[in-house]
Amino acid sequence: MKVKTLGIATAAVVALTASAMAQAPRDSIWSVGSSTVFPYTQAVGQEFSDLGNTSPSIESTGTGGGMRLFCGGIGLEYADITGASRAMKQSEWELCSSNGVTDITEVQIGSDGLSIAVSRNGTAFDVTRAQLFLALAADVPYNGQIVPNPYTRWNQIDASLPNVEITVYGPPPTSGTRDAFVELVMEEGCEGFAEIEALAEADEDRAEEICQRMRTDGPFIEAGENDNLIVQTLNSNANAYGIFGYSFLYENLDSLQPVLVEGVAPEAGTIEDGSYPVSRPLFFYIKNAHRGVVPGLQEFVELYTDEDTFGPDGFLTERGLVPLGDDARGRERNETVNGVGMTRYANN
Amino acid sequence: MSSRETLFGIPAPDWADPAMQRRMRRRHGGTHRLRWLGIAAITGAIGLLLLLLVSIFSIGYSAFTQTVVTIDAPVAAEFIDADDITESNWNRMARAAIATLFPDDAAGVRDPDYREVLSRGGYNVIRNTLRDRVIANPELVGETLRITVQTADPFDQLAKGLVRRDTPEDRRRVNNRQIAFYDMLVEEGRIERRLNFWLLTNTDNRFPEMAGLAGALRGSAFALMVCFLISFPMGIATAVYLEEFAPKNWATDLIEVNINNLAAVPSIVFGLLGLAVFLNFFGLPRSAPLVGGMVLALMTLPTIIIATRAALKAVPPSIREGALGIGASPVQVMTHHVLPLAMPGILTGTIIGLAQALGETAPLLLIGMNTFITDVPEDVFSKSTALPTQIYIWFDSPERGFVSRTAAAIMVLLGFLLFMNAAAIFLRARLERRW
Repeated sequence: MKVKTLGIATAAVVALTASAMAQAPRDSIWSVGSSTVFPYTQAVGQEFSDLGNTSPSIESTGTGGGMRLFCGGIGLEYADITGASRAMKQSEWELCSSNGVTDITEVQIGSDGLSIAVSRNGTAFDVTRAQLFLALAADVPYNGQIVPNPYTRWNQIDASLPNVEITVYGPPPTSGTRDAFVELVMEEGCEGFAEIEALAEADEDRAEEICQRMRTDGPFIEAGENDNLIVQTLNSNANAYGIFGYSFLYENLDSLQPVLVEGVAPEAGTIEDGSYPVSRPLFFYIKNAHRGVVPGLQEFVELYTDEDTFGPDGFLTERGLVPLGDDARGRERNETVNGVGMTRYANN
Repeated sequence: MSSRETLFGIPAPDWADPAMQRRMRRRHGGTHRLRWLGIAAITGAIGLLLLLLVSIFSIGYSAFTQTVVTIDAPVAAEFIDADDITESNWNRMARAAIATLFPDDAAGVRDPDYREVLSRGGYNVIRNTLRDRVIANPELVGETLRITVQTADPFDQLAKGLVRRDTPEDRRRVNNRQIAFYDMLVEEGRIERRLNFWLLTNTDNRFPEMAGLAGALRGSAFALMVCFLISFPMGIATAVYLEEFAPKNWATDLIEVNINNLAAVPSIVFGLLGLAVFLNFFGLPRSAPLVGGMVLALMTLPTIIIATRAALKAVPPSIREGALGIGASPVQVMTHHVLPLAMPGILTGTIIGLAQALGETAPLLLIGMNTFITDVPEDVFSKSTALPTQIYIWFDSPERGFVSRTAAAIMVLLGFLLFMNAAAIFLRARLERRW
């Protein structure tokens, strides 16, 4: 008897699995991508389902991981939207087009400040991007030569900086935050050193590599995609500094304080007008072939670019998004609603 | 008689001899040290466990209550569309209702400080309640409706003392004007602390005060059900065959070694397998409890097989021989006698295996069950989260309110694990036969 029951149960499971293989439809929107854009897409998703629509499914996969899922192809087993904390790279565009995903709308939703923060019990200071480069790069110019980074304390770089060991927690290479940090701080910071300029004359690739490579000898610690983990680490170690999105600093201002970059603190105003140097645009990408196929996709992206959503009084600013200017918002909304495809790489 | 009696010529030990006493002290000392070492190890382990529990409880307990505010919402005729009541301006009505809370110095219904008493989630609750109640009962027009709704997270934190009033204003999430507003509401008796049943009945939400575990609980239940349906029959069938019918040769030895190895494979490997095979090759739906359950079943299988084989081994051979002796076939021996007697042991192993599966996170992350979704999954194909992945999502959220909610969700998960382990102990104690 029992054996028979077991047999039937097993057969049922096999049948269930087989039927699932036959049908993998989806009646809800599927969004993937950057962990920085995730809170904003999540907020829009919440509003969308509060308005009575089917709840979209929103995954935080990192910018690079999102691009892989998004560019996999056209069809319901691939994502409809991916968030990115940097613009789509040429290699990702090529991956997309090799899988038939060529009609993509790029939407900038606003900007985010990359903040460098420290516990309220620690020492905040004012640092330049060149000093950050010297503190965090794998190889740095030193006495006319390029040597493995010799600095272990901030005040060895410049006497104005505190006499504290360099300990910086930051995102891993898969993160868009990391890409943005390298682009906005490291690459900017390494300009102007005579040693690097001399090297660039001789070996441009090597110079570029030096500008981009973060040190791996201890002072810079990759802390995973989880920004809250960094926040907690900073709370328990007053001498540690952390790199993460502005929204996490904004939510934790009682325990954390920002490090000024070139004299400017990250605040909504300074990020918006660009005077805070380490701010980056945030994007999401729409697969236009899915419009009209995935129910609600058009309405969802329209809601995303609604004035009440990503405008100056919209609910995304409550989460720390720094909105675009009026003209830019109008342009992005128009492109989103009408599905204007991106053309940046199309002719290459 | 001399004090040193001899037995077969061996001199009796001289217990008074100092050298002998030293040896005895050393001998007893060894026993004592071993015992104390054991006690110290247990104390250490319990201490660490307590530390874990205390740290989780001390953060999480505050999430089991929630601050609510009561609003007397006027259903004013001016917002009602007389021709078609469903077309009335519910948004303006909701905003006006919230504004009735504000003190006199409010800068209109959209006062930037005061409107933060409710999140957009709370505002939506008020709008939807007004809409549904008034449409269902149009006679309410002109009356007031009493609505109780969760306050926004910063105010909840203030009520719980997690936002300290003595921190300087620029470092606080709520400013002095908002604190004065809150104190006024308390004085008017509009603020209350309630037991947070929403934590279990609501689905995930981006606003901490609205977020609950209903979707994750259902997702975990679905995944465990699939896991059980696959691993239980398969595990028992494998174990019965290997233990009772399989010939002893190099092939079965190889299988046995591999099953034992499988039990030690890190769970993330199963997740990668699920991603590569179930999702990418078979095209099963991503984030679905079905795939979660299948991956967890792979993990649970070895546990069930090993437990079942042990339980089968524990059934005395005399029972098999007796049954065979009175003419039962091998299948009858198995299904009528051995399996029923081994069942308590099998069930114990199964429950422990399922409890492990319930807490497993890594494989579920890889198949996309860490998704933000505000619907309760309807079946095993719907996109869904599970308890451990929900904890992961909440832990990653910037809002402060999710810190205590993450700990509270861990407590709920621990509660379920405790319940399952208690069930296993109960089954073992009540049903197991000893020979």
